[in-house]
Amino acid sequence: MSFRLGVDVGGTFTDLLLINDDTGATYTAKVPSTPSDSSVGVLNGIEKICRTSGIDPRQIRSVMHGTTVATNAILTQKGAKVGLVTTKGYKQVLHIARSFVPGGLGGWVIFNKQPLLAPLEHTVEAAERLSSGGEVVTPLDEADIRAKLEQLREAGIEALTVSLINAYASGVHEERIAEIAEEVMPGIPVSLSSRVVPEMQEYERTETTVVNSFVRPEVSSYLDHLEAEIQARLADEVQLSILRSDGGLATCDSASYTPVNLLLSGPAGGVAGAIWFCSRGGFDKVLTFDVGGTSTDVALIEDNHARLRRETRVGDVAVRAPSVDVRTVGAGGGSIAFVPELTKALRVGPDSAGAEPGPAAYGKGGEQPTVTDANVVLGYLPANQKLGGDMEIRKDLAEAAVQKVADAMGVPLKEAAEGIVRIANEHMFGALRLISVEQGYDPREFALCGFGGAGPLHANALGILMDAWPVIVPPSPGVLCAYGDATTRVKDEASRSLIKGFSQLDKGGVVSILEGLTRQVSESLEQQDIPADQQTITWQADVRYQGQALLLTQDVSPESLREQGLGLLQSAFDAEHEQLFSFSLDEEHELVNLRAIARAPRPNITEREWSSQATDLADAINGESPIYFEGADHNATLYDRERLCPGHIVPGPAIVTEMDSTTVVFPGYQAEVDKVGNLLIEPVGRQGKE
Amino acid sequence: MPANIIQPNSTPLQKVDVDTVTLDIIENAMANARNEMDAVLFRTAMSPGIREQGDAFPMIANHEGKMVVGQFGSFITGFMQSYNGEIEDGDIFLTNDPYMCDGAVSHLPDWLVLVPVFKDGRLINWAAMFGHMSDVGGKVPGSLPTDAQTIFEEGIRIPPVKIYKKGELNHDVLELILHNVRMPRWNRSDFNAIVASCRTAGRRCVELAGRFGDDVFSSALGMMLERNYIAMREIIRNVVPEDKRSFEDYICDDGAGIGPYTIRCTMWREGDKAIFDFEGTDPQAPSSVNFYLNEEMFKMFFGAFTINLFDPSILFNDGFYDLVEVRIPQGSILKPNFPAALSCRTHLLGRIFDVMGGLLGQGTPDAMSAAGFSDSPHFMYSGYDDKGEWFQLFQIGFGGIPGRPVGDGPDGHSLWPGFTNVPNEFVEAYFPLRIETYETIIDSGGAGKHRGGNGIRVGYRLLADGEISIHDDRWLTYPWGVNGGDPGMRSRKELVKANGERRVLPSKCDHIKVETGDLVVFDTWGGGGWGNPLERDPAAVATDVVKGLISVEGARRYGVVLDAKGAIDQSATEALRTEMAGSRDTDALFSRGGTIEQIKARCEAETGLPAPATPVWNTAGVH
Repeated sequence: MSFRLGVDVGGTFTDLLLINDDTGATYTAKVPSTPSDSSVGVLNGIEKICRTSGIDPRQIRSVMHGTTVATNAILTQKGAKVGLVTTKGYKQVLHIARSFVPGGLGGWVIFNKQPLLAPLEHTVEAAERLSSGGEVVTPLDEADIRAKLEQLREAGIEALTVSLINAYASGVHEERIAEIAEEVMPGIPVSLSSRVVPEMQEYERTETTVVNSFVRPEVSSYLDHLEAEIQARLADEVQLSILRSDGGLATCDSASYTPVNLLLSGPAGGVAGAIWFCSRGGFDKVLTFDVGGTSTDVALIEDNHARLRRETRVGDVAVRAPSVDVRTVGAGGGSIAFVPELTKALRVGPDSAGAEPGPAAYGKGGEQPTVTDANVVLGYLPANQKLGGDMEIRKDLAEAAVQKVADAMGVPLKEAAEGIVRIANEHMFGALRLISVEQGYDPREFALCGFGGAGPLHANALGILMDAWPVIVPPSPGVLCAYGDATTRVKDEASRSLIKGFSQLDKGGVVSILEGLTRQVSESLEQQDIPADQQTITWQADVRYQGQALLLTQDVSPESLREQGLGLLQSAFDAEHEQLFSFSLDEEHELVNLRAIARAPRPNITEREWSSQATDLADAINGESPIYFEGADHNATLYDRERLCPGHIVPGPAIVTEMDSTTVVFPGYQAEVDKVGNLLIEPVGRQGKE
Repeated sequence: MPANIIQPNSTPLQKVDVDTVTLDIIENAMANARNEMDAVLFRTAMSPGIREQGDAFPMIANHEGKMVVGQFGSFITGFMQSYNGEIEDGDIFLTNDPYMCDGAVSHLPDWLVLVPVFKDGRLINWAAMFGHMSDVGGKVPGSLPTDAQTIFEEGIRIPPVKIYKKGELNHDVLELILHNVRMPRWNRSDFNAIVASCRTAGRRCVELAGRFGDDVFSSALGMMLERNYIAMREIIRNVVPEDKRSFEDYICDDGAGIGPYTIRCTMWREGDKAIFDFEGTDPQAPSSVNFYLNEEMFKMFFGAFTINLFDPSILFNDGFYDLVEVRIPQGSILKPNFPAALSCRTHLLGRIFDVMGGLLGQGTPDAMSAAGFSDSPHFMYSGYDDKGEWFQLFQIGFGGIPGRPVGDGPDGHSLWPGFTNVPNEFVEAYFPLRIETYETIIDSGGAGKHRGGNGIRVGYRLLADGEISIHDDRWLTYPWGVNGGDPGMRSRKELVKANGERRVLPSKCDHIKVETGDLVVFDTWGGGGWGNPLERDPAAVATDVVKGLISVEGARRYGVVLDAKGAIDQSATEALRTEMAGSRDTDALFSRGGTIEQIKARCEAETGLPAPATPVWNTAGVH
């Protein structure tokens, strides 16, 4: 018997999911997160899940972990004291940044810059210079940089970044400075821009590498500690893997070296979990939305894969690291509604009541009206529902808060509440459009999947706005990330930058590069004990018109190129360009990157067995509660999700409650339980998609 | 004769009630549509000016041509009145001639694309965008000849033409235009990108009208205009006094030996109407620094400048235009007579914002910012590289944001929305040069309780023979400080030849021959300071010294005495501050570094350049 364990650390709860590799049986557990040292929560959780399931911890062979340690270090500005080495003349590369000031005309009047993650007082310049081709123009002055590194050591820096001009073309000087740093300040982790992100654009490369340094001591000490504790409590050979932002798994060592790749580890886990449940329900094109306290994350899944992008954003920090293309909009349960005096418009967010004091309804001293309060006023979040099992909802406080907005707008209470929810939905809708319509996808061809604590509350409404059906609410939508962690496939990729016009390329050369990349990536998986015959390999090419900034990624294979030539890529690019932008050009195409991706097989997990004696739907009813929808009062039936079985059809108006989430089904809609336990919300009378 | 709009569906759009929430939703969706226009543009454009720097401005208007979302105000009403022909579904218009569109675009490099948006046979919206083309022909690479005397020297002039007629591209016209520019593939791609961007906006409008109904949609756009009207009426009552108030600022010279040119504006309120009168502004220049200022655009500047303080999330638009009247004397540098040259209008366009700041600020000094980086200086470098291929670099410079009520001005940033610098590695990879220095200039920000931001020094090491052009200003007059703050440091340009010989270059010049190995040192100017520098926390001054943004010597401007390591000498600081307080004029609202006469008298000694001659009406430049 062997088991795999998925662990997701969220802001409030740490969720765990244990899967029996042989039988597919699953066990879940939820324990409070321990923000000061999240490994404590993880270890508590492991103890709890083994105790409640009766499983011997030594049978757990692999632990897959999604972590927000890196993200939190940035959001709370509590990272390492970073020293930075730049090329002479570029000390202020982060200070000047891209000279960009947000806002429209006059935006500069109110703009204040955030402090730099590597402050100017800890930035030094190396006397050296490379050309754009990577040739040495001015050799590195080693004595000079050694003296400056000694100053940084005296200043007490905790991590060092070296980012030199044109280092994307050659790391020769960065590597030498790293050697000197190792002598001058042994033990201080050094991040080199030529290793972390060897891409053109000095500001972005420097910022990315500095972010890596900023989070590195915190992440590596956390992971080292966690790995040691896990090895002590579980089997010695237990493998700890960390979910990267791009949805792949990283070993502990690689995660510690480039933690900048973990910034979206948490959201990537949620998307992976959504893929797990949606794919088993038969849906391979899905738009996901994860509604949390302060924001909503959305992503697009096609053919059971999440779209990726080359940039990761956390708060105000943007770095060049691949991540699941999760877009975030500042609308969540805690978003505050207000009415500006002058325009009398209703605004929701981006300010949030956060976890403290939280929405008024939580009774923790919050007085500002939030989206959650509006949901309480509307009855979507019934007052007798306990959040996360023990938090009480105060309807009176929610009403008092929302009344302020109602008064400012001069409308009745429930109308104001519905307005707040509609505006919040509209923000989420905007984010979903951004990843679908605006990328040339028709949302009507997609299913929607809502998760996170508040996603199922807004799911039906977003289905209506997007006209995307069914709306899928997976089982345990609040612990979906742990499912994602546990079911993620090992994945690796190898890529090569070419940046060459097609007229300078020949078919044979491109094919042989692809084949080389295939060998490289395949060997990497073999080293992780995944034999070549079990790997799935796919290939991609990034193409653009010479001179453009965009890249459109085309799927390709060595075989099709061999047969049909490079023209295949050009015409596929032209077609997509035409679809996205309504024009194509008679310009030289440029092949920017080639990539081979290898994936391990999906873990073999058997389906949950539903109890053979199907219960009656009526047995799941546990009350009723008034709701307000489209300007009218309705009486919704309350259902206990634990008691719903495949085949059940819950007619709206209804509210389906479970430990960590609440699903609303509006009048005229229904929710069917599918074979894997998903709730599929659809308009009554609509044919299913399958 | 006004344009004839062909609408097979003759049912007029009805005004209906729209609830607040629907209105807010449509407002939000229109903001998204506008953002999407930017996204499409930046992804598909090719010239570094547009794709990296963001020098392009989108707009969406309602069916009457009033701007609902955008930045520079609508010009469609004016266009519809002057365009002498039919407007049909599928038509797309292109123009770049300021004299033909009442200054909607203000020089030939800005190409303006107008797309009428039809749904079910009715005109429901307009989408438009103008973008700065890297070259439109004319006498110098980059098409910004300072010494041009008429617009005919500045590139190809495109009157409003149907570049698409009922969906069909007019190839011949496009090819004719592209035949006249130096980098046709950039123009072609940028033009396509702008059209694609406008079409995207058009699709979004049609979808929204479909979702909410044409009448609800168009009524909501009307209400958004009304929202701005009501908001701006309040603002005008608050910030514009009934008694007249004047302010003047300058551009230093015209590149032809005349200057400074005075921009004078007087503001007052009559009832709810704000009046801005530019009487007292100097005559048009004989060179290309004239700015053909569209009155509506000025209204927009005024609104944008003030509304941020009240509801920054409002979707700012044209709705308040009737509340503002703008008077500009014909023949002045802000309304020159055809065919005056216009290409280098960027200095005046920027300076207008300083004029506005000084004008409005007098009533509410605490809310006023100092003079900022009110320009976008240009550096152009062209020639043939070692492979014999033509290259043409166009760079925009950045500088110091002024000291403001909310805090210090950021160093080396942009006053223009959406502008970003071009990564130096990109420039080095595609052009024969190396950028050896890219840093802000120590002590260049004006001292103040909130200091001005530093200007930027860019050191260009040129690796091919060729020519350079420079367009900048504030080399003579100072970026002023306010409320006791000092002016910022002025701009400066220097050519250091490979043999070590140094030469100060004028702020505005073309056709400067350069050789491989030459170094161009391009210094922009700092922002003015806000508030008395003696009130600045000495610890903040010391921090800036440690960061290398203020020197130990420069700290004395704040009355702060530091040792070489940046530690504060408390007693020396107190003594110096007491001494300085005695001699400071604390009553002056503006600190300009002297009168024009004084500044001119010390010009040559301080700048290495001769002082320009004073402009005179009736003789200079009027045709």
